[in-house]
Amino acid sequence: MPPSVDPKKPPQTLMQGNVAVAEAAIRVGCRFFGGYPITPSSEVMMRIAQLLRENNGTFIQMEDEIASICAVIGASWSGAKAMTATSGPGFSLMQEGLGYAYFTETPLVLVDVQRAGPATGQATHVAQGDVMQFKYGSHGDYYPIALAPWSVQELYDLTIRSFNLAEKYRVPVFLATDEAIGHARENIEIYEEFEIVDRVREGEGMPFGHDAPDGVPVMPAFGDGASLMVTGSTHNPQGFRKVDDPDVHNNLVTRLMRKTMDHVDDIVETEEYFLDDAEIAFFAFGISARTAVAAVRRLREKGVKAGLLRTRTLWPFPEKQITEVGKQVRALIVPELNKGMMASVARGYSQAPVHQINKTNGYVLEPEELIEYVEEELS
Amino acid sequence: MSRAMEKYLREGLAGTAFCPGCGHGILLGAVLRAVDRIGVKKEDLLFVSGIGCAAWIPSPNIGTDTLHTLHGRAVAFATGAKLANPKLKTIVVSGDGDLTSIGGNHLIHAARRNVDLTVICADNQIYGMTGGQTASTTPVGAKSSTDPGGNIYRPFDLCKLVSAAGARYTARYPVTQPRKLIDAIEKALRQDGFTFVDAVSPCPTQFGRRNQMANLKKLYSTVESLCVTPAEAEAMDEETRLHHFAIGEFVA
Ligand SMILES: Cc1ncc(C[n+]2csc(CCOP(=O)(O)OP(=O)(O)O)c2C)c(N)n1
Ligand SMILES: [Mg+2]
Repeated sequence: MPPSVDPKKPPQTLMQGNVAVAEAAIRVGCRFFGGYPITPSSEVMMRIAQLLRENNGTFIQMEDEIASICAVIGASWSGAKAMTATSGPGFSLMQEGLGYAYFTETPLVLVDVQRAGPATGQATHVAQGDVMQFKYGSHGDYYPIALAPWSVQELYDLTIRSFNLAEKYRVPVFLATDEAIGHARENIEIYEEFEIVDRVREGEGMPFGHDAPDGVPVMPAFGDGASLMVTGSTHNPQGFRKVDDPDVHNNLVTRLMRKTMDHVDDIVETEEYFLDDAEIAFFAFGISARTAVAAVRRLREKGVKAGLLRTRTLWPFPEKQITEVGKQVRALIVPELNKGMMASVARGYSQAPVHQINKTNGYVLEPEELIEYVEEELS
Repeated sequence: MSRAMEKYLREGLAGTAFCPGCGHGILLGAVLRAVDRIGVKKEDLLFVSGIGCAAWIPSPNIGTDTLHTLHGRAVAFATGAKLANPKLKTIVVSGDGDLTSIGGNHLIHAARRNVDLTVICADNQIYGMTGGQTASTTPVGAKSSTDPGGNIYRPFDLCKLVSAAGARYTARYPVTQPRKLIDAIEKALRQDGFTFVDAVSPCPTQFGRRNQMANLKKLYSTVESLCVTPAEAEAMDEETRLHHFAIGEFVA
């Protein structure tokens, strides 16, 4: 080892984004994957199929995405950390199952490698068009978690975090990535040790209720002798169906909301770049945040006081952070690969006017496009 | 109450949700008696169901682990649960509409894969819960809320369908023949791999009333009178055959 290498720093490994998801999932303890092939997510499935075989896990290619998400939920209740990966059309097919997972408080991780939609759209091209589907894809009041990586390194790290949050809050977690990052190959650092959270299988209390209004109940697995009653119909803390009791329904829907929404400080992660003295700021996530940080650096060279608020969490939405930045800058610019989904949400919190830069041709935004917008519209 | 019922019914139940004369309660009894015979520990039993009246047979009535899922998806959930913990004796009990209309794809694929599951179809030839609409099992000519003039489409022969998809055991018995039905469920439970029992379970409220069988005695005796052996069924022309129940084992 050359003397300049820090022995605590892991070596660099070149890895494809989708492969990084599979590798990280195994390391955090994922032992079940049910899926169905779809571009641009299939490499996750192909890699994890092999890794699960080597690690005493279970891989199954199901007959469709509806079956995939259902099998994942079944496996989670059997005690396995479970995941699936998909894209656009498959994500749409999974929505009913995801609502079921949310309502039954089933931990799972779903990787959505976003592609250009709607419908079959452009299977091999990048987009960020599922922003609203993460939050509103299933019917009813629904507060799942969606994380947004911007690099292969973060695909690795946020896969681990997705499992940890799913296990901690008993909630489906979406890893909201896209074709560009999923198919990128980058050097990443893989650490020997990191935090691993496991659901609480034994303990006080009922499996579907909690004394605390934002509490996460214990989750015994099938086979633990808990005589579980898991149901997607409204249920009391024990699990008995109660489909006509207004209080049972309201209490359940409210606790499930508070489980994530009372813990936004634990869940939401943002990063600031050059924001201290910024007069204009970008607000971005995923691949578009990488475009934005490059644009900010070049704008700074040109003397423009630009900054970036980058969110690693799509949902819950970083309301507080947007509000703060909105007080400071004269314009907030949201670049994204859709027609303005994040921008429309940001408008609800930003005091500064929210501008949007949208690209929907299946390609990533270039820094020049952002710089040009600033020079033409905001100087 | 029989020993099996006492042993497996969940504590704290508030009566039955089934209509008077519904076959699903009889089927619950048959399932529990068969389960009792195979002697699997209670904590190793998992019952999975979809959505519908039939899906309420195990949930919450059976005091083991129960997974009451989405309409049509019970077999897919059961596949995941079973594969993640192969120790679980996993039994799906759900309706004909659930398992074979909306869920037909999952059913044939689980049979094809030979997943170690027993699927029991509570077959009332109708969508009971939602108000008596035509199902993929409704006989030609039978009246339903969506076909008041009589259904014109052929029903599935579920045992043939699932046998062709690769099931290791398939059988059909009505709840009017409880001993044979219990024996068949027991055999299905003992056989490794994918097994299927089509349990004919009359629905007086949604099927009987619309088809001149509001009288329970008439409904149940009509079911009995339509039961023939598989050989007798094969000798019939298709139209006649589709109006009968071929009773027995198909793959054994
Ligand atoms: C996706 C979806 N579509 C439709 C329904 C409405 N639905 C509830 S039960 C049911 C029919 C159940 O029929 P079957 O499985 O035969 O059970 P039965 O009530 O006859 O015992 C339907 C269509 C639903 N719950 N979910
Ligand atoms: Mg039915």
